[in-house]
Amino acid sequence: MAENGVGASVRRKEDHRFLTGKGSYTDDLNVVGQTHAYFVRSPHAHATINNINTSAALAADGVVAVLTGDDLAADGIGPLICGVSVTSDDGEPHRAPVHSALAQGKVNYVGDHVAVVIAETLTEAKDAAEKVEVDYGILPAVTDTATAADDGQEQIHEVAPNNQCFNWPFGDKAAVDAAFESAHKVSSLDLVNNRMVTNPMEPRAAVGEYNSGTEEITLHLTTQNPHVHRLVMSAFNQLAPEHKLRVVGPDVGGGFGVKIFVYSEELVVGWACRKVNRPVKWTSDRTEAFLADAHGRDHVAHAEMAMDENGTFVAMRVNTTANLGAYLSTFATMVPSYLYAFLLAGQYSTPLIYSEVKAVFTNTAPVDAARGAGRPEATFLLERLVDVCAEDMGLDPAEIRRRNFIPVDAFPYQTPVVQCYDSGDYNAALDKALALADYEGFAGRAEEAKSRGKYRGIGISSYVEACGIAPSAAVGQLGAGVGLWESAQVRFNPTGNVQVFTGTHSHGQGHETTFAQLVTEQLGVPIENIEVIHGDTSKTQFGMGTYGSRSLAVGGVAIAKACEKLIEKGKKIAAHALEAAVGDIEFSDGNFTVAGTDKTMNIAEVAFNAYVPHSYPEGLEPGFDENAFFDPMNFSFPAGTHICEVEVDPDTGVVEIVKYSAVDDFGKLINPMIVEGQVHGGIVHGVGQALLEGCQYDSDGQLITASYMDYAMPRADNVPSFDVDYAPTNPPHNPLGVKGCGEAGAIGAPPAVINAISNALGIKHIDMPATPENVWRAAQTATS
Amino acid sequence: MQTVSMNVNGEPKSGEVEDRTLLVEFLREQLRLTGTHVGCDTSQCGACVVHVNGVSVKSCTMLAVQADGGDVTTIEGLANNGELHPMQQAFKDNHGLQCGFCTPGMVMSAIDIVNRNGSDVDEATVRKELEGNICRCTGYHNIVKAVHAGAKNMGG
Repeated sequence: MAENGVGASVRRKEDHRFLTGKGSYTDDLNVVGQTHAYFVRSPHAHATINNINTSAALAADGVVAVLTGDDLAADGIGPLICGVSVTSDDGEPHRAPVHSALAQGKVNYVGDHVAVVIAETLTEAKDAAEKVEVDYGILPAVTDTATAADDGQEQIHEVAPNNQCFNWPFGDKAAVDAAFESAHKVSSLDLVNNRMVTNPMEPRAAVGEYNSGTEEITLHLTTQNPHVHRLVMSAFNQLAPEHKLRVVGPDVGGGFGVKIFVYSEELVVGWACRKVNRPVKWTSDRTEAFLADAHGRDHVAHAEMAMDENGTFVAMRVNTTANLGAYLSTFATMVPSYLYAFLLAGQYSTPLIYSEVKAVFTNTAPVDAARGAGRPEATFLLERLVDVCAEDMGLDPAEIRRRNFIPVDAFPYQTPVVQCYDSGDYNAALDKALALADYEGFAGRAEEAKSRGKYRGIGISSYVEACGIAPSAAVGQLGAGVGLWESAQVRFNPTGNVQVFTGTHSHGQGHETTFAQLVTEQLGVPIENIEVIHGDTSKTQFGMGTYGSRSLAVGGVAIAKACEKLIEKGKKIAAHALEAAVGDIEFSDGNFTVAGTDKTMNIAEVAFNAYVPHSYPEGLEPGFDENAFFDPMNFSFPAGTHICEVEVDPDTGVVEIVKYSAVDDFGKLINPMIVEGQVHGGIVHGVGQALLEGCQYDSDGQLITASYMDYAMPRADNVPSFDVDYAPTNPPHNPLGVKGCGEAGAIGAPPAVINAISNALGIKHIDMPATPENVWRAAQTATS
Repeated sequence: MQTVSMNVNGEPKSGEVEDRTLLVEFLREQLRLTGTHVGCDTSQCGACVVHVNGVSVKSCTMLAVQADGGDVTTIEGLANNGELHPMQQAFKDNHGLQCGFCTPGMVMSAIDIVNRNGSDVDEATVRKELEGNICRCTGYHNIVKAVHAGAKNMGG
């Protein structure tokens, strides 16, 4: 292993600037002559707009412009799009209502964008926004997921009868129904996957600048994927030709999915800076983030498992209603369909699975991918159902999992729901987790807790996810409008230091360190001489960004391939310089050597030589700078077992997590310190969903959890420290042997926590979030 | 509008502010000290924590005029001649940060926690006292480790 190479817990290169206040986030940017944008948002969940009177606002101090949906349409700015198609059971594509960046005639959720005020200062923009008079015709609101598509409900969009976006069946229904009819035992469960607000700590922001000389728009954004933003805004929104639009995602303060999407505010800022010919800055406040960031989850489901007399799963049947909110966000349709139903096999060899997903529109904020995206919903449903199966069969939850695990010699394993798992050893992870959690000692601890009047419970969650998103051919077949390869450029400068350009984007994941470790390992250049550059469409080649735990598994491989090309090129240059045949040049530890001799050049000398090609023969190209693209053959399938132990105070309903053990298979670890940090963060995201976070609309469509006073984020005193270990396997199709780790905790944790609480209380189920009130109510009827 | 003057990171600074101008707005917009962040509008997240007269303060909850005549330290003022403060170093050594957005407030709060509770502050106290600083990335595990390591280094 090279020093600071693969497997070393290198301290992060990016930390110095963040720790000294020198990070550069979008809101930190101030441009000479900038104006400030503030949005007039709908206070109603569902209303017609009869009239907008902007004259008083236009006359207010400092106001530069007040723009509405009519202005947007007049300038030919296209509506926001959803990039993935799902075919409904009637054979028609999903219903896609027009989603204008500024409302045209109607608003469909509280926080919907009605107009934008642009003024010299933010306070002037806010003051003037109060003066925009909007005449609303208030309509009844639809907010409840389960009943949104019922007959007699208010219709939100003409194109979507019964508020239905799609009804998507998948699987052999007849075969599954037959298996249920002849089953020894059927276990079933009704469950809700609670709606979450993603809440990266940095609110979204945008700064737009227009250069009338070059006719170029530069848009600094809180984005996880600058090139995707540029592509969508150019090709679908007609904001500007792609080569005249530069999108920069500078330091971004967390994403978790919510900064993938193209939002109204971003498009409007890009358009408005050209319209007013002044730089325009917009920064969301936290209330706006709650109202208008895409939300996550929000499913209601009924799940059934058919078993034989041994507790072997013979068939599974799932009926799900997914709330997509008022409009389709950029990848909304993909989340409750392909990223959900295709993971319903979990770690089990269930041969027959039938799923039906009904996606509905409601008068709530759009719902899209949030850390895990579909996979947490599938895992929560399955891992809760498995515990119910264990209870119904009188089996230990560990034992029923073991009986149904896909065996280690069955990989690659073709599930009945499209995915073909790459590698896994599910028993190994379970065994290690049981040991880490001292599962055998639990009964004694529960007894001791009882003597103190506490209910102690333990819960297992064995998850699998699909990461390394994604093979372009696979997603293309499914209806995605993009390919999901990744790109890299590795450039030596003449003095021997290296710039690595990646199409991924780092917003907390530590790519600047991990990717440099890959390069130092492969090329032998000291890590301090390697700089990773990302997030600017004018600096980096086209790339697809960061989400779906793809950056290392796809983007890292592209970097490795560019390094391979450099080694091949370096051999030719070294052969010329050392007067040897190319076939005789060997490369290791940063040195090109003529085999069997002491004639050698290090890679920095080769780089210098490549830029000073005074005697190059014809055909030997100067320069030392290579590009590579990588399109994976398959998803990667991280998996693991998480075990949560809780103590419940039956008098107060307070749940304390007393121990949490996680054993994951992420394949090879490049930087174990960073990976473990990703696991911790994911677990707390999942614990937040399980215990604390619940996004609530009232029946009028008012968001009643629109601040940190009302929406309970996990804080330091809500969670313990964690025991983390690994049970790696080697994914055969990934050249680096890596799988991805950013979402695992958020997927594994919710069922582990709820299984533990159900176990503590001796109840079948409790919905998330298991707040003290909910737990206390459940405890009143508990048998423990 | 009125004039406020204060020592910021050891240097005298002054500026014209409205009565309603918050300390964080003065620091970010006028002094361009953008290391202090704004993550919410209800004084909950703690991304804006600075020290005023040696005590941690949410600078979104204090008016600029209230800091008039005071000593303010922001994240930019912690390192000494390029050498990180022991708490900054501990956050780096223990991977106590990911996206970096909550980090300045975390570090400023952590130093205040150690100042008030001593270098042998226990885990429960650290967790309780970090309740006013929200982080979405780290799960707090490594932040708590970092605070303990930083506490030790500050004390020693």
